[in-house]
Amino acid sequence: MIIPCPYCGPRDTSEFFFRGEARPQRPQYEDGSDAFVDHVYERVNNAGAQVEHWYHAAGCRTWLLVKRDTRTHAFLSVTLASEQKR
Amino acid sequence: MERQPYSLFALACQAFAGHRGWKPAWRDAAPKERYDVIVIGGGGHGLATAYYLARNFGITKVAVIEKGWIGGGNAGRNTTIIRSNYLLPENTPFYEHSLKLWEGLEQDLNFNAMVSQRGILNLCHSDEQRDSFERRGNAMRLHGVDADLLDSAGVRKMAPFLDFDNARFPIFGGLLQKRAGTARHDGVVWGFARAASDRGVDIIQNCEVTGFVRDTGGQVTGVETSRGTILADKVGMAVAGNSSRVASFAGLRLPIESHVLQAFVSEGLKPVIPGVITFGAGHFYISQSDKGGLVFGGDLDGYNSYAQRGNLPIVEDVCEEAMALMPMVGRARVLRSWGGIMDMTLDGSPIIDRTPVPGLYLNGGWCYGGFKATPASGWCFAHLLARDEPHPVATGYRLDRFASGRVIDEKGAGAQANLQ
Repeated sequence: MIIPCPYCGPRDTSEFFFRGEARPQRPQYEDGSDAFVDHVYERVNNAGAQVEHWYHAAGCRTWLLVKRDTRTHAFLSVTLASEQKR
Repeated sequence: MERQPYSLFALACQAFAGHRGWKPAWRDAAPKERYDVIVIGGGGHGLATAYYLARNFGITKVAVIEKGWIGGGNAGRNTTIIRSNYLLPENTPFYEHSLKLWEGLEQDLNFNAMVSQRGILNLCHSDEQRDSFERRGNAMRLHGVDADLLDSAGVRKMAPFLDFDNARFPIFGGLLQKRAGTARHDGVVWGFARAASDRGVDIIQNCEVTGFVRDTGGQVTGVETSRGTILADKVGMAVAGNSSRVASFAGLRLPIESHVLQAFVSEGLKPVIPGVITFGAGHFYISQSDKGGLVFGGDLDGYNSYAQRGNLPIVEDVCEEAMALMPMVGRARVLRSWGGIMDMTLDGSPIIDRTPVPGLYLNGGWCYGGFKATPASGWCFAHLLARDEPHPVATGYRLDRFASGRVIDEKGAGAQANLQ
């Protein structure tokens, strides 16, 4: 897989670290343990388009927000995670 | 269909008759309107579940529903290793139960699954790793499982071709389980299918589940499929790799990520590797099939996937590990590589449990340890489906263990699916 990094251009996946499904935010303490169980363990694990976080560890060291089809490995969009809406 | 037992006598009779009298090993059934139990997934686990439902509990109005052909998913994509060298008390008795079932499986099924107890050797490359292997070996022995700790000379006797004095990963010794080994993956599927079909189970191929039928109380009362609606009192999912997708039809979210794991086979070679050998300084395992091909694999690719194929960085990584362990393989050519989709749970252990949806049961989350578990997985899932309570050796495999904190983290890796 080649990932089109917004800073570095198309780069090989071996430069990247996969973090998993892009979750909006860690729950607050007041949200209770169910919210934390959901955040830490439960996954949508969609077969199809999935929004996820990748880290360009061996490149610009930027966290990326990636939309990718898990059935084909096609990268549908790659933007900066810092611009992700919370 | 009349049962046709397999034996040397039957083979001799067929030989004289020109082998024209062999019948199909199982019935390719069409779906009926209603069953007692539907098992979704015609892989090893699903077929074993159906077989043990019939054999142990007399429940024969059972359908196994498979979207493709039986054994065409992960049952045909694994590396055929059977073993029970686990550390944690939730795991050891379960996998040992499985290994004991493997030991009597061929007689029970009247089918040659080519179970070969050629041993598994986990290599250690440091004092600390030897300590942890000693601990695991002791834990196994406390559960009545065989385990032998070998020193470097003992390993050298078994596998003189290893790179013992590797500058980075010298071989300090290894943990050997002699009763472990390999089995023929297709033979396992065909054997369970034939034995289940003989007992009245309907095996329905090319029938994809597209949804669940639920009554007003939310209870699952059947499945919607590409071949129409099929009703049942209970529905079990044995679709590891796709558990999240099938469970989503019932509105469930699971502590599972789907990942791709690659495997490789070399051209056929003369016998060279005595059993299964694993590399302790990375993640690499290798054995030799009876046809002579070296069967090997390593880590997950590391990202979520349903694609059944991986990428080149892992191919490179696995081949590098092979070279670090046994430089002699450098001259063998890789014949094929393929990928299978793993249900990776967030603690690396499987789930055999009821779901929050009444009437719906889950067998999944096998990570990359599903093949060895096939008989015990079917045995315990059948027990759960028949009695509505977990089998004693599978009580730890609860779905709610992530919320309750009773996770079974065999590797101690934490809640990160691609590290399990």
